Amino acid sequence: MELAGFMLLVAGWAIVAAAAALLKTVPLETAFTVAGLATEVVGLVLVIRAHRGTQAARG
Amino acid sequence: MSMNPMALCFLFSLLVPLAGAGIALINAGLGRSRSAAHAMLASLSVIAVAALAYFVCGFAWQGFAGLPAHTLTVAGKTWNWLAAEPFFLRGLALDGSPASLAVWLGMLSAGLAALIPLGSGADRWRLGASCASAALLAGFVYPLFAHWVWGGGWLGQLGVNNQLGGGFLDAGGSGSIQAVGGLTALCIAWILGPRRGKYGPDGTPAAIPGHNAVLVLFGCLAALVGWLGLNCAGSILYYGVEPGRMVLVAINTTLGAGAAALASAAVTRTRFGKPDASLCANGWVGGLAAGSAGCAFVVPVVAVLTGAAAGILVVFAVEWIELHLSVDDPGGAVAVHAAGGIWGVIAVGLFGGGPGQLVAQLAGLATLLGCILPLTYGVNRVLDRFYRQRVAVEGERRGMDLFELGAGAYPEFMTHTEDFTQR
Repeated sequence: MELAGFMLLVAGWAIVAAAAALLKTVPLETAFTVAGLATEVVGLVLVIRAHRGTQAARG
Repeated sequence: MSMNPMALCFLFSLLVPLAGAGIALINAGLGRSRSAAHAMLASLSVIAVAALAYFVCGFAWQGFAGLPAHTLTVAGKTWNWLAAEPFFLRGLALDGSPASLAVWLGMLSAGLAALIPLGSGADRWRLGASCASAALLAGFVYPLFAHWVWGGGWLGQLGVNNQLGGGFLDAGGSGSIQAVGGLTALCIAWILGPRRGKYGPDGTPAAIPGHNAVLVLFGCLAALVGWLGLNCAGSILYYGVEPGRMVLVAINTTLGAGAAALASAAVTRTRFGKPDASLCANGWVGGLAAGSAGCAFVVPVVAVLTGAAAGILVVFAVEWIELHLSVDDPGGAVAVHAAGGIWGVIAVGLFGGGPGQLVAQLAGLATLLGCILPLTYGVNRVLDRFYRQRVAVEGERRGMDLFELGAGAYPEFMTHTEDFTQR
C-alpha cells in the first residue's frame, strides 16, 4: 500500500508537469492541475494509512 | 531608501542565522531534558554539514537565474530543470554579485531546512544519522526544488512560459525552505517511529510535554528576527523587490507571526480553558512559515489573514497528526513547517493574484507532494538501510545526552529516566 501511495503521488505530479509542458490554455491547465492534485491526495491517504498501521504497532 | 540592493541583501542575510537559533531553541525546549544538549549539538552539526554539502554540490545544482543550466525543449517551450554549475563553487566570483549572494543565502536556507526535521526526530534520532540526512537534504533535495523556484527553473518560469501570473511565487521560502524541511520531518518521523511509550497498545497517545517553555518562547522571538532577514533578503535577491518595499515585507512578517500566535492562543483558550504555551509557540512559527511566500506581494490585511489562518491550522494539525496519523512529532515540525508552509504557498495564489497565479501555486504544491516528498522519503529510507537512523533502545531509556554525548545538559538535576515509560 505504501508503494502504491508513493506511485500515485509521483503520477499526480507527472500529470501536473505534463499539463504545464503540453497545454496552452489556462482553463485546461487548471483542470489537469486539479486532477493531478486529486491523484496526489489519494496517494497521500494510502501512504498515511500504511504508516499509521506500522507506527501504532511499533509504539 | 537609496541603498545598494545587494548590500542591503547581504545585511539582511546576516540576520538569517537567528532563525536557525530560534528553531534550535524551540526543538530543544520541546524535547526531554535528558536530550537537550544532544538537540543543541545536533542543530549545530546539522547547520555545519548543510553548509559543507551546499558548498560541495548544493549550489552546483541550485544555481541562479542567468547562470548555465540543463534545459529541455518540449512543445516549443524551454524547461530549465537543473543548474549546471561546477562543484565546489569553482569559477564563481564571490564579489557581491547576485549569484554570490545566492550562494550565501542558499547556504543559510539549506541549513534552516535541515534543522526542521530535528523537531520531529527529537529524543531518538542518532547524531550521525541526522548529519547524514542533512547532507542529503542540503546537497540534493533542497537545491533541486530551490532551482525550480529561485534558480531560473521551470516553476519560477510558469508565468513566462504558461502565462500563469508571475510564476510560482515564494519570496521567503514557505515552499522552498519550510515545506521541504517539514515534509522531510514527516518522512523522518515515519522512518524513526514513535518514542517508546508514546502510544499505548490501543494506539492512544501519551502526553510527553516539552521540558523548557522559556527556551521555546525565546526561540520564537529569535526566529522572528531571523525571518525578517530571510524574507527581506529573499525578496530582493530572487524577485528584485525594491529596497523601499522592505518596510512592507517587515510589517507583513511581523503581523503574520503576531496574528498566528493570537489565533493559536484564542483557539487553545477556547478548547482547553487556558492558552497553551507550546501550541502558541508553534502557531507563531507557523505564521512565520506561512507568511514567507507572500511577504513582498500582499497587503498587510492579507498577511494578518494568512497568519491567523496558519495559527488556527497549526493547532488542529498538531492534534490531528498525533491522534489520527499516529506520527510522533515532539517539536510539531510537520504541522508548523509543512502544513504552515503549504498554506502559505496556497495563500499567495488566493490573495496575491488572479486565477493564473493560483494555478502556478498549485503546481508548486503538487511538486512538493508528488516529487519532493517521495524523493526525500526515498533517500532517507535508503540511508536508514545502510546506517540505522534510530538510536538503540538503551539510548532512549538513558536519554540521548548520556548515551551519545556522555554528559547531560543539566548535570546538577536529578533525572528520572522511566518517568514517561508506560508501566
